[in-house]
Amino acid sequence: MLGFIISRLISMVLTIWAISLVAFAIIQLPPGDYLTTYVATLSASGDRVDPRVIEALREQYGLGQPFIVQYWKWVSGIVTAGDFGQSFEWGRPVTELIWGRLGNSILLEGLAVIVMWFVALPIGVYAAVNKYSLGDYLATIFGFLGLAIPNFLFALVLMYLGYAWFGVVMGGLFSPQFEGAHWSFARVLDFLSNAWAPVLVLATAGTAQLIRVMRANLLDELRKPYVTTARAKGLPEWRVILKYPVRVALNPLVSTIGWLLPTLVSSSVIVSVVMNLPTAGPMLLRSLTTQDMYLAGTLILLLGVLTVIGTLISDLILAWIDPRIRYGGE
Amino acid sequence: MPQIPMAAEGPLLTLDDLSIVFSSPDEADIVAVRQVDLTLRRGKTLALVGESGCGKSVTARAILRILDKSAAIPSGQIIFSPDDAEPVDIATLNPDSIAMRTIRGNRISMIFQEPMSSLSPVHTIGDQIDEMIILHERVTPKQARERTIALLDQVGIPGPRERADAYPFQLSGGLRQRAMIAMALSCNPDLLIADEPTTALDVTTQAQILDLLRQLQDDYGMAMLFITHDLGVVAEIADDVAVMYLGDVVEQGDVFDVFATPQHPYTRALMSSIPKMQRKAERERLQPIQGTVPSPKDRPQGCSFSSRCPVAFEPCAKVRPDPTRTGKQHRTRCHLIERELKPGEVIV
Repeated sequence: MLGFIISRLISMVLTIWAISLVAFAIIQLPPGDYLTTYVATLSASGDRVDPRVIEALREQYGLGQPFIVQYWKWVSGIVTAGDFGQSFEWGRPVTELIWGRLGNSILLEGLAVIVMWFVALPIGVYAAVNKYSLGDYLATIFGFLGLAIPNFLFALVLMYLGYAWFGVVMGGLFSPQFEGAHWSFARVLDFLSNAWAPVLVLATAGTAQLIRVMRANLLDELRKPYVTTARAKGLPEWRVILKYPVRVALNPLVSTIGWLLPTLVSSSVIVSVVMNLPTAGPMLLRSLTTQDMYLAGTLILLLGVLTVIGTLISDLILAWIDPRIRYGGE
Repeated sequence: MPQIPMAAEGPLLTLDDLSIVFSSPDEADIVAVRQVDLTLRRGKTLALVGESGCGKSVTARAILRILDKSAAIPSGQIIFSPDDAEPVDIATLNPDSIAMRTIRGNRISMIFQEPMSSLSPVHTIGDQIDEMIILHERVTPKQARERTIALLDQVGIPGPRERADAYPFQLSGGLRQRAMIAMALSCNPDLLIADEPTTALDVTTQAQILDLLRQLQDDYGMAMLFITHDLGVVAEIADDVAVMYLGDVVEQGDVFDVFATPQHPYTRALMSSIPKMQRKAERERLQPIQGTVPSPKDRPQGCSFSSRCPVAFEPCAKVRPDPTRTGKQHRTRCHLIERELKPGEVIV
């Protein structure tokens, strides 16, 4: 087990290095750089720009240097000083900008994942055990509705209904008075009273998908002979189902935990814009359109790191719950 | 003065005219088992033989009531009369009721065909056996584990203490089947149902498992319902044999009786289709049974074998024959025999 973890950690470091290279390459791919976009914006609004000022700025940011030199500066800054560079647009260090945003993202989407699992798994198990029953059909209908309705539309409908029926304005994660406050019990309550709507919206599509996957996995497992063996022991039916086939059917789901977070961050961009959520998604979108390269690169890199860590965690859980994987390498 | 229940005298398990029907929303109901009479004597082995799909396994699962939800038992009785309890008709119990669950695994246990897939892949052997002991008896997990180790030792698994912590995929097929047997024996059952326990194993392992089962039966004194399609295995292990064809038990009797003087045309046909070891000059062509087994949907209304029977006559296809005593402990369902027993009558 220890060897497994060590080898995984080594490959993790290599993967993250590769991600940083790719992330940096991607943000350099579009023609031009931040300054070209900046100039274009200024000229669009009728301002004149002195080319010498631009040239000086380009020099200052090191934008004229070759790719590998820029990359080296960026990465060595991260490794040695935890310095992810400067955001052009905000004129502040990237580290100052992202942590709050990323924290909100992780919190919000983590909650969405938890809600998803808690809602979807029992429904999926029920639907599989009572195949073709009324409940199964209802779960299927609900599932396809959840899958088919785009998240942002659901968010809009929810906001409209909230305003039209209850006079509540949904949006944001905190009430104004708690915006910049430190965490306290009152702030947590305020967060929860605001966050339930986005969490609900973010969880719907995933829940629907998870119900379908759980149902299909479990239907496969229910047919297996070991379930009959468990029944022949004299266990009550619910214990047979929960202890044996559900346990095995969970394995493929656990292995998807790692990808959930990045999927949620990228799929939640529009919802975040619609509901005015201070998460990482809108910031990433904006930084990409303005070619604010260090900010964009950092966000992409950190999402990559989160994916890698998530995958490691799900692998460890998987090895823990499934002995076939634990002993597979021996 | 405590009364000795009558049950201790008679057979341990009697299946009387049992039928099992599978229903599905899209198709007509399928009568998988139409007419099964079986009698299991205490401490004896009954071999249930028949071709694939004739309803052997379904019958066995019906005894434990572990059939799918789509299966129903519209008629017949499964009377189980253990030594120290009132007889009970298993066919009327709710499959998930406490009454059924205290029988299942505890008084009647079962070994399955596929040792590869019949054990949970994600639990250790020891866990799976402990669970059954703890479920049926008031013991601590520690005591259960000690008993598990003793059982594993008894079924001939080397290094039982370490093997109890092994997962099924770490064991060979033979060892897995031994673990399965240990599990089935863990609560000292009155009846052990073995559903083709040796089919998935190679021949040497097969012989070892059969020896083991016979040995354990001597030690535990339990009755055994042994399901197989291998007549060689029957001869080796059984006291009684019941022959099943397309959902009907056509003949049951003492194994020597049935093998020496098979009464039903199907049994006779089965016997003559066994290859024999012979010198080249004396070799004969095997005589297979003509035709193929019809699906249960096309089963003749009368005797199910009548569509392939070489000696079928007038009432066979229409009227179901009643069981006829053709010897001590020997019963056959065949019109021919009913006829033969009437004096002065000649069948052409």
